[in-house]
Amino acid sequence: MSTKPGKDPEKPEKEPAGEGLLSGTRRDFLKQSSLLSAIAFAPATVVKAAENQWPEKVADAFEKVDVHLEVNGTKYNVQVEPRTTLLDLLREQLNFTGTKKGCDRGQCGACTVHVNGVRINSCLSLAVTNEGKKITTIEGLANGDQLHPMQEAFIKHDGFQCGYCTSGQIMSAVALVKEGRTQSREQISEFMSGNICRCGAYSRIVKAIQEVKTNQS
Amino acid sequence: MNPFQYTRSLAAAGAIQSVLKEPHAHFLAGGTNLIDLIKMGVVTPERLVDINPLPLKGIEKTATGLRLGALATNSEVADHPLVLQGYPLLSLAINAGASPQLRNMATVGGNMMQRTRCNYFFDTAMPCNKRSPGSGCGALEGINRMHAIFGASPACIAVNPSDMNVAMVALDAVVHVKGPKGERKIPFADFHRLPGDHPEKDNTLERGELIMAVDLPAPAFSQHVAYLKIRDRTSYAFALVSVAAALKMDGNMITDARLAMGGVAHKPWRLHAAETFLKGKTPGDDTFKQAAQIAMQGAKAYRYNQFKLTMAPNAILQALKTASA
Ligand SMILES: Cc1cc2nc3c(=O)[nH]c(=O)nc-3n(C[C@H](O)[C@H](O)[C@H](O)COP(=O)(O)OP(=O)(O)OC[C@H]3O[C@@H](n4cnc5c(N)ncnc54)[C@H](O)[C@@H]3O)c2cc1C
Ligand code: FES
Ligand code: FES
Repeated sequence: MSTKPGKDPEKPEKEPAGEGLLSGTRRDFLKQSSLLSAIAFAPATVVKAAENQWPEKVADAFEKVDVHLEVNGTKYNVQVEPRTTLLDLLREQLNFTGTKKGCDRGQCGACTVHVNGVRINSCLSLAVTNEGKKITTIEGLANGDQLHPMQEAFIKHDGFQCGYCTSGQIMSAVALVKEGRTQSREQISEFMSGNICRCGAYSRIVKAIQEVKTNQS
Repeated sequence: MNPFQYTRSLAAAGAIQSVLKEPHAHFLAGGTNLIDLIKMGVVTPERLVDINPLPLKGIEKTATGLRLGALATNSEVADHPLVLQGYPLLSLAINAGASPQLRNMATVGGNMMQRTRCNYFFDTAMPCNKRSPGSGCGALEGINRMHAIFGASPACIAVNPSDMNVAMVALDAVVHVKGPKGERKIPFADFHRLPGDHPEKDNTLERGELIMAVDLPAPAFSQHVAYLKIRDRTSYAFALVSVAAALKMDGNMITDARLAMGGVAHKPWRLHAAETFLKGKTPGDDTFKQAAQIAMQGAKAYRYNQFKLTMAPNAILQALKTASA
């Protein structure tokens, strides 16, 4: 088994001027070290990749999967590793960075998006399991320059301080109103409990939701 | 997250075969527990077998009761008119767990199979017989505030964290599973197990067996029910202690009772002796206190969870008062 990097057929033999030896070395090092650490994980495919001397991109040996989904009304065909979460696909690959990563473990709600109209935590959903689904993120709420009533209400009632939890709060709040869980202050609090606000803007968030509810009825 | 392979299954038999083929393959349902455990390095799968496309989402009336498909989400079950009508205890218990977003993802089968929230299980630097058999139990002499007061063993004092399971065991649900050897039914009370010498086994499911559905018997407790969950904050936290109580009343007499606890044992903890005691009695604080005392027989606490010995009987009393009101 060799860990020597092979030649990259896509790249010219010589590094372009200005990058030179240093970046070449760095790249080789990265290739080797990622291969070595991948072998430590030792799933069969990686070992096979190493034995067959495929040092270029070990990740490719994990068979990227095609996923077709719609985000905010636009269709996307993407290739993802099975381990990519919907959150990482949205933020890193599709540049919908309005959806935030707080805990990455289902404990804070910052990553809340709607999948087929239902609110979920995108950090615990694998992108591959969203084949054919319709995703709505915070970027998809406004109608052109006109903000969604929930966005307006959050601004009017100062429903945030630092703003980190806000896109998750608003996505959750929009779903909450649709679910009809706005009968009382207590019910709103209970059914918004999946969204933690470190700044403690809770009472203002409840006010914003109550206003949207009142204006609707 | 470590990399893994992915298979999308379209039929139960295929999913079972895919899981059996590799030693580190797992079924994937809502992912809310499994993906978390993979991120933490507690589970290191070679392959995830996505069962979401299987036709197991239905909630349907049967000749005797109600069938909940293994892939029906926790929200779908909790909000279903037939569940609200005939099995309100189940709705209450499910809605006391996790958050709306998580309940929209979590499934019946996945909820049953969720692993313990013991910190020593989650922390791969710590000993844990459940995660790494033979390494010892970190909680036994460690921070064991969340841990068991019933049915524990020197090998493991972890608890089953589910709220849904507590209602399911109280309601005498039956689990339908399909595996390499065919199909079988498991009474809910026998689905989860006590740790004994094999805490790595949470339940009696064999490798490759897939939960297909859970059957509820004819609705018998549609009125006098309560689910009381005590936790560190008002919502979105696991139970320190929870109590599911269901009573059948004839005038001012209790004709049947169901009682179970969560957060106290390696499995949802049914309180048969207390149920028997309650039958034929008139509701009242004295009766309920006696029932709680009977329920607590055999309880044993550890260094940091002594408080559960007081909290649990008080919770039983309160849940019975609410249910009978
Ligand atoms: C922050 C947070 C808070 C939470 N709070 C609570 C709470 O208060 N109360 C509570 O009860 N729960 C709580 N949960 C846990 C949650 O309820 C579970 O994670 C969820 O029910 C698991 O269901 P799932 O479908 O997502 O399972 P998955 O994560 O997909 O799977 C879990 C396990 O079940 C197996 N599995 C799934 N389906 C089947 C099947 N049909 N047959 C055989 N095996 C199967 C999988 O292989 C895996 O091992 C919380 C979770 C989080 C992240
Ligand atoms: S980032 Fe998903 S819940 Fe915190
Ligand atoms: S506004 Fe800062 S976390 Fe909520």
